Amino acid sequence: MVDALRPPPKKHPTRRSPVATPPPAPRSRTGIFFTAYAARGEFRLQKCEACGAVAYPPRDICAKCWSSDLVWTPIAPEGALVAETMLHTSTTPYFRDRLPWRIGAIKLAGDGPVVVAHVHADASDGGDVRVFARTDKSGQGVLYALPEKDTENMADDHALREITCDPKHRRILVTDARTPLGAAMAKAALEAGAAKVFLGVAQKWKPFDGQEALLSLPNTEIAPLDMADADSVTELAASIGSKVDILINTAQFVRPGSAMNRRDLVTARDEMEVNYFGPLRLLQALGPIMRARGADGANSAAAWVNCLSVFALSNRPAFGLTSASQAAALSLSQSARAEFAGSGVKVVNAFHGPLDDEWAQPLPPPKVAPEKLASDVVGALRKGLEDVCSGDIAKDIYERWRENPAVLERELALTNLAD
Amino acid sequence: MSLLKDLGEAVTSGSVKIVDLSHTLDPDFPVLVLPPEFGQCQPFRIEEVSRYDERGPAWYWRNFSCNEHTGTHFDAPVHWVTGKDLPNSSVDTIDPSGFVRSACVMDFSKEAAGDADFVLTAEHIKSWETQHGEIAAGSWALFRTDWSKRTHAEYLNLKEDGAHSPGPDAGAIRYLIETRNVVGFGVETIGTDAGQGGHFDPPYPAHTLLHGAGRYGLQCLRNLDQLPPVGAVVIATPLKIKAGSGSPLRVVAMVEE
Repeated sequence: MVDALRPPPKKHPTRRSPVATPPPAPRSRTGIFFTAYAARGEFRLQKCEACGAVAYPPRDICAKCWSSDLVWTPIAPEGALVAETMLHTSTTPYFRDRLPWRIGAIKLAGDGPVVVAHVHADASDGGDVRVFARTDKSGQGVLYALPEKDTENMADDHALREITCDPKHRRILVTDARTPLGAAMAKAALEAGAAKVFLGVAQKWKPFDGQEALLSLPNTEIAPLDMADADSVTELAASIGSKVDILINTAQFVRPGSAMNRRDLVTARDEMEVNYFGPLRLLQALGPIMRARGADGANSAAAWVNCLSVFALSNRPAFGLTSASQAAALSLSQSARAEFAGSGVKVVNAFHGPLDDEWAQPLPPPKVAPEKLASDVVGALRKGLEDVCSGDIAKDIYERWRENPAVLERELALTNLAD
Repeated sequence: MSLLKDLGEAVTSGSVKIVDLSHTLDPDFPVLVLPPEFGQCQPFRIEEVSRYDERGPAWYWRNFSCNEHTGTHFDAPVHWVTGKDLPNSSVDTIDPSGFVRSACVMDFSKEAAGDADFVLTAEHIKSWETQHGEIAAGSWALFRTDWSKRTHAEYLNLKEDGAHSPGPDAGAIRYLIETRNVVGFGVETIGTDAGQGGHFDPPYPAHTLLHGAGRYGLQCLRNLDQLPPVGAVVIATPLKIKAGSGSPLRVVAMVEE
């Protein structure tokens, strides 16, 4: 049984903070497919279209029949732990720093192959396990085996916390707490065991709905933060930068309108200011500090979360210019993901459809309740996902985008005609 | 021209004191708030270009951006629809003689302290004049409320039903324009109109009437408590922005010690 994770001690005054030593990263180009699925929580392996064999590890041709017709296919997660061992020594700095480390061989159900996985401490040798694919601290896809049924303190297993970004005992910055989304995010983080939530509040001179209730939440602290003001962002980094373990960017500027039904660039600039330049300023000020703390104990820096409209993927003409700024934000998140690679900090994109807020008033349901997006973000952190969709619209658009972006673009253009 | 020579010497010697009536242009200084579906007044924003570093080894400079009505600012007649057809009514074309004028300072800080919605009327102005004399034609009428001593949320004083800050009614403004022929009206609050001025008749009487009559506004002033009721000279030179509706500016006053 895993012991409950205790709140981490305060930092030692003279010891050097641990630096990130990423686990082995090299993968074949084919292996990156496995990683890309794993990052969004999908466990897929290649299945041979010719003979039906499941390839493991990823291969360019089928080891059984030499066909190159291998298709990435969802794999049932059930399996049995047929062999396990505890590493007590390793030449890889990452594992040396974290020994002992449990690994095992799992025979997947049915005609599935035997795979190698990190194994949870509570999984019993010879017993059934649940296997899932996720990205590790170097951002590469790995397999992990959980016990057949949830156990007490299961999420606290040290190897599991290496691939999740669990908010428990971590300190969270919610960049814009003025909105219902910001408030919902703060509450969800606290319920997930966050040690503290910093509430980013811009323009304190302007009151906002729910201010009193928000400020009365326990373990919270107002963090003056105007993402449009470089000095404000720098001051925030100077005051709490080394205490932000998870950053959740909830700031959004959403307005209807496209280029030809607006008269100026004022709103478009505000969209870019909040949706793109704001996160960019945060990345410049806070990113390097978080990147340096990716292995800093049980409350290491773990995640940089962007709440993105799913129309970042493909433009929704009725909100054409907000979509354009969201596309910029998505591109920035890709840049950030590359910069954080190997640091132990995951960049998490939470795609959502229209939120059920004042800017989506005329839109028909389904709309995403702020509480739903908040719980999906916290869920993604607990699971260690890098891409997550919140709500039916986001899931639908995301799937259609994966299937064929060019078709989706034209479909969305037609919705504009219908509007 | 011994007058200006004497003035120059008086300023240098300190017998004429220069009082700064401006707030610092600070990104966190409140701006006028409108319902979010309207275009908004942009707060002051700064981006560093270089600071003695690889971006510019020996020099420090920054880009800034803001609205024409951010911080301590000047309102030109063209700012309001009532002044849109007046000749020479934008900051680049108005007569620069209006930029340097004597000022009277009407102190209603006690009234404003007791009532955030204090409304300045013609009667108030007339009673002030019984003490300090008639407001001179062509001068600035400055309305002291000590509102500039408030900060953050207390400055805008936004409630569910809008902002609450002192301002004039139509009668006061008409009196200043028609009877006293002032060059403009200056305040410590975020606008020349009261926080609730949108509910007055006509709405926003200061903006509507002043600018319709080609007069100016000065907003977000401070240190009015350092000026005498009469006798100060205000220097308020807006930036020469092409067709500008107003401009942030450094306002100073000359005061005889």
